[in-house]
Amino acid sequence: MGIENGAKGNTVILAFAEQRDGKLKKNAFEVARAARTYADQLGGICFCLVIGHNVKEAAEQLGGYGIEKVVVVDDPALAAYSTTAYAKVVAEIAQQRGATVLFLPASAMGKDLAPRLAAKLDAGLASDCTALRIDGGELIATRPVYAGKALVDVKITSEVKIFTLRPNVFTAGKNSGARATVETASVKLTDSDFAARVVDVKVATGRPDVTEADIVVSGGRGMKGPEHFHLIEELADLLGGAVGASRAAVDAGWRPHDEQVGQTGKTVSPSLYIACGISGAIQHLAGMSSSKVIVAINKDKDAPIFQVADYGIVGDVFDVLPALTKEIKKFLGKE
Amino acid sequence: MNIVVCINHVPDTETKVKIGPDGKTIDRTGVNYILNPYDEFAIEESLRLKEKFGGQVTAISLGSDAHKETLRKAYAMGVDKAILIKDDSIRDSFGVARALADVIKELNPDIVFFGKQSIDYDDAQVNGIVAEMLGLPSASVVVKLEIENGVARVDREIEGGHEIVEVKLPAVFSAQKGLNEPRYPSLKGIMQAKNKPIEERTPSPVTPKVEVLSMRKPPAKGAGKIIGTDSSAVPELVRLLHEEAKVI
Repeated sequence: MGIENGAKGNTVILAFAEQRDGKLKKNAFEVARAARTYADQLGGICFCLVIGHNVKEAAEQLGGYGIEKVVVVDDPALAAYSTTAYAKVVAEIAQQRGATVLFLPASAMGKDLAPRLAAKLDAGLASDCTALRIDGGELIATRPVYAGKALVDVKITSEVKIFTLRPNVFTAGKNSGARATVETASVKLTDSDFAARVVDVKVATGRPDVTEADIVVSGGRGMKGPEHFHLIEELADLLGGAVGASRAAVDAGWRPHDEQVGQTGKTVSPSLYIACGISGAIQHLAGMSSSKVIVAINKDKDAPIFQVADYGIVGDVFDVLPALTKEIKKFLGKE
Repeated sequence: MNIVVCINHVPDTETKVKIGPDGKTIDRTGVNYILNPYDEFAIEESLRLKEKFGGQVTAISLGSDAHKETLRKAYAMGVDKAILIKDDSIRDSFGVARALADVIKELNPDIVFFGKQSIDYDDAQVNGIVAEMLGLPSASVVVKLEIENGVARVDREIEGGHEIVEVKLPAVFSAQKGLNEPRYPSLKGIMQAKNKPIEERTPSPVTPKVEVLSMRKPPAKGAGKIIGTDSSAVPELVRLLHEEAKVI
């Protein structure tokens, strides 16, 4: 049974479900749920696309998030990401199935892939959307600009429309446990389609990335040196969270730049952001103030971080932070 | 090696954004503009490749005459040639990419460098669209680059680690912080940059595909509770995080 092409006025949404090592990422479920929600609201249909090798079982899980059908393109050559080959596959499947709306995660992979798709499909692309709504039968996207210092509402006017959705913002909702029907498809690929290909992946610390984590524990200049960041790491590990850093801490060489949160670092939206010894320069606030709950620990009561914090302790980070780790350990019953 | 580096002129990161009278863009009054920070890494890497392999580096920027200031900074850092695609109209990323791709195509480069994104609209699109328009492979968010026998081996940043990507040249790359330490322009370089020619081009008009309907400030987050001044406040904090905020 094929997925019907979209009749006129019948929107078909393609949701790109990202996998790595045969496992779907959390953002895949978020994108799937968004496709379901907006297909329903637009009176259209949706399907997910999974690209990789031996991914059928993973693809079926998308059924738990409201997706009935998943198109799988399975090829050993596609086991590792290739910007050129993946773009070709997504564009061909989108065209074959009459998809006019594409959802991708605003992840490292989605952000790499989406612009190529925009060029291939002559489509407008709204990057890193944090909200979607339907107005007059059109999808309107809200996206942060200036690292979150402002928000814009945008409308895509081209026939094909692409949206990348910021991870952790769109909720995947409850897994119903349903299984999706998998339909395999193939796209003819030649050597030249792999002019860029991933040959290896190096995992940095094993901790979640600041952009993906539900909880981020961040340290700034107030940590007074790299030797004290183990206090940040301990709390982050206890909570299964990510370690973040202010630009000051990164520029001082205390922390790697991939942990930097802020305008020249990463913009994050976790459920809980704990800022330790961070005063809250405007560039930093831009990158983290969309976190759902913010805790600030800083000895300067006038620090700007307290203006965005839900809960603050005006005190010495070296007194408060270890106590917080201890208290949470007790709370989690890990003492 | 023929290298093109695409650069942008953007509000300083210190900028306190105010919404402009049109309700769709920022109020530019008093805003200080700088070379897009990620583009500094792109320029630096381009110069290092030139120093290693020979060739020339051409900097391109699309925008108003104000972008000349940024092109002069690129000159001061050491690029060989600067092109301004003069355009005051509002363009989306697709439109910017179209204009850049048209000029880049004529230059027939081995490598095209971008910063990973402009810190104004944060679209992170132009590099990828240009790559596809030119039919070139690419790697974005690059933190390490090595070239051997016409193949680039790059590290690109992904969630929680790096992807090692092999890319056949010619190719398009976007630079992330960490790729290098950009040089400071020398005084001599700055002085000389003032008199260097900036070639001007006129782009073909394009219809935007993405339209900004409105711009607004994010909802202000009211300052929250100050719970205490030392570790004695910690049990109360944990209680609030659990019972009130429900995040742990």
